[in-house]
Amino acid sequence: MIDPPIISAKELSRHYRVAEKSPGLMGSLRALWGGRNRVIVAVDNVSFSIQPGEIVGFLGPNGAGKTTTLKMLSGLIYPSSGTAEVLGYVPWERADPFRRQFALVMGQKNQLWWDLPASDSFELHREIYSLPKDRFRRVMGELVELFGVAKLLRQPVRELSLGERMKMELIACLLHEPRVLMLDEPTIGLDVVAQQTIQRCLREYNQSKKATILLTSHYMRDVEALCQRVLVITNGKLVHDGPLAGIVQRFGAYKQVRLQFAGEAIPPGLRLPDSATVMGSVVDLSVSRDMVSETISGILEQFPVTDLTVSDPPLEEVVARYFQESASGAGA
Amino acid sequence: MSSNIGSLAMDSSLSVRLVKSLTKYFNIFKVSLVERLAYRADFLLGTFLRLLPLVTTLLLWKAVYANKDEISGYTYRQVVAYLLLVHVSRMFSSMPGLASGIARDVRDGNLKRYLVQPLDLISYLLAYRMAHKVAYIITSIPLYSVIFFLCRDFFDAPPDPCWFCLYATALLMSFILGFAFEASLGMLGFWFLEISSFLYLVNTVNFFVSGHFLPLDLLDPWVAGILKVLPMQFMAYFPAALIMGKAGDWNDVVWGLGIEAAWCLGFLAMARGAYALGLRRYGGYGG
Repeated sequence: MIDPPIISAKELSRHYRVAEKSPGLMGSLRALWGGRNRVIVAVDNVSFSIQPGEIVGFLGPNGAGKTTTLKMLSGLIYPSSGTAEVLGYVPWERADPFRRQFALVMGQKNQLWWDLPASDSFELHREIYSLPKDRFRRVMGELVELFGVAKLLRQPVRELSLGERMKMELIACLLHEPRVLMLDEPTIGLDVVAQQTIQRCLREYNQSKKATILLTSHYMRDVEALCQRVLVITNGKLVHDGPLAGIVQRFGAYKQVRLQFAGEAIPPGLRLPDSATVMGSVVDLSVSRDMVSETISGILEQFPVTDLTVSDPPLEEVVARYFQESASGAGA
Repeated sequence: MSSNIGSLAMDSSLSVRLVKSLTKYFNIFKVSLVERLAYRADFLLGTFLRLLPLVTTLLLWKAVYANKDEISGYTYRQVVAYLLLVHVSRMFSSMPGLASGIARDVRDGNLKRYLVQPLDLISYLLAYRMAHKVAYIITSIPLYSVIFFLCRDFFDAPPDPCWFCLYATALLMSFILGFAFEASLGMLGFWFLEISSFLYLVNTVNFFVSGHFLPLDLLDPWVAGILKVLPMQFMAYFPAALIMGKAGDWNDVVWGLGIEAAWCLGFLAMARGAYALGLRRYGGYGG
């Protein structure tokens, strides 16, 4: 039997009315006597559901509507139309039992008091969530060990590095052991080591607590490492709901071939397509999947190749192509 | 019968929830108090600096009373006593940074902290402000004690202890009123991007109409009559006048306290209503 979804959105839309002002001083003066307003459709009839324990990535270019959808699902803002349920509650009603089982990480100033050590903020968090002391100490111990921040607990938060602050934010969010965790760009601005630490911790939290995670990220490595399923949103519309591999298969219909020739330059007589890039004796080609073996064997027969690699195109590139195509389709 | 049992169970669940909620905000008060006490040196210096302008004010009033023994029922001694007592009123009712802080949280998106956690913004801010006031008052008591001791000749004999109870009640309600008034102003942040100039204007007007600058009785009777209808007088004038015996007899004072309680409830309801309406407009930008 299939469990009921832990997150469901049905025809969710959100419109914003924004004031439009012409540039310059005259524009500002005209705006004093009533400027024009424009309605922006940030999210347009989005429907999906997420099962308990899933890690789902929310992808889309800037301004696509990812964060607005997260804000509605976390109860920060009301939708213009449509319905949603998270953990059986309507998020924007902000019932306490809902808020006790859920957490949102958005930006870097969510839970922590800037001038105090993180441990003091955690203590306040315990009071806010009315957590029993034993459970609080156990969970905090586990999380501090998982994130490796034991030595930083008594240091004022403002003195921590960006990566350390993000780890503390995540610990604060997880102290009450939420069943649903929503993260908006959790690794933005972090170095590779910190990104991997956070990915590992999120994966372990998901596995040990069977928690459901919904995250937005511009780092495809986050999505690749964590998410079995992705939702792609462009121009406010949901354009893909399925495994990441689906996008790669559909839009990764070509391979990247790198050839290194003997000598300082490419051999004379080698004819290359316009899309090829040449650096000294190294050539990068994009080749359709079904033409890879034929192209390579043709080159190998005629020219002295010293090294050869064939790889899938970078995920970022695939997803960017998908965004572009979806946006032009959605806008059409 | 079953409906009685149902309603009893509901009452019990409601009371359990109420106790849990009060415990939560009391604990937030305790944690905030620890945090606020870290700023005790700043509080002490702040109190001292706030009292400094009083010296020039007293010199001004000395000049005003140079050829007069009494103005509108106030002698020079009584005006000095009033101005000292008004400082005590403001110690309870002033809420520096509350309205601007709410507006800033709305504008910068930091409000989300109160929306995603099991917290009620207004209750949380009330608990936090109580902690702030307790820390501030504890820190300021020694300085105020010295000043009141040095100025003891300006005060009449202490009134009946019952009046002190009424005075304490008026001060506590002035705290609630000051909080609810500022919180209501802060909610304007949902409608306007910047409210600092408006707050400056309100605070400047409030300085005069609350009786912080001078006893309201010294104004023309019709002006004083209007100002005594407004809620601001309870933030400065009323508690000071009450303990000086200038707010009428027992019945007048109890009636005044009733009106103060009504203003407290009115502004708390306004802050709550504006918050609920504001959240409908909230876009959660920033942060």
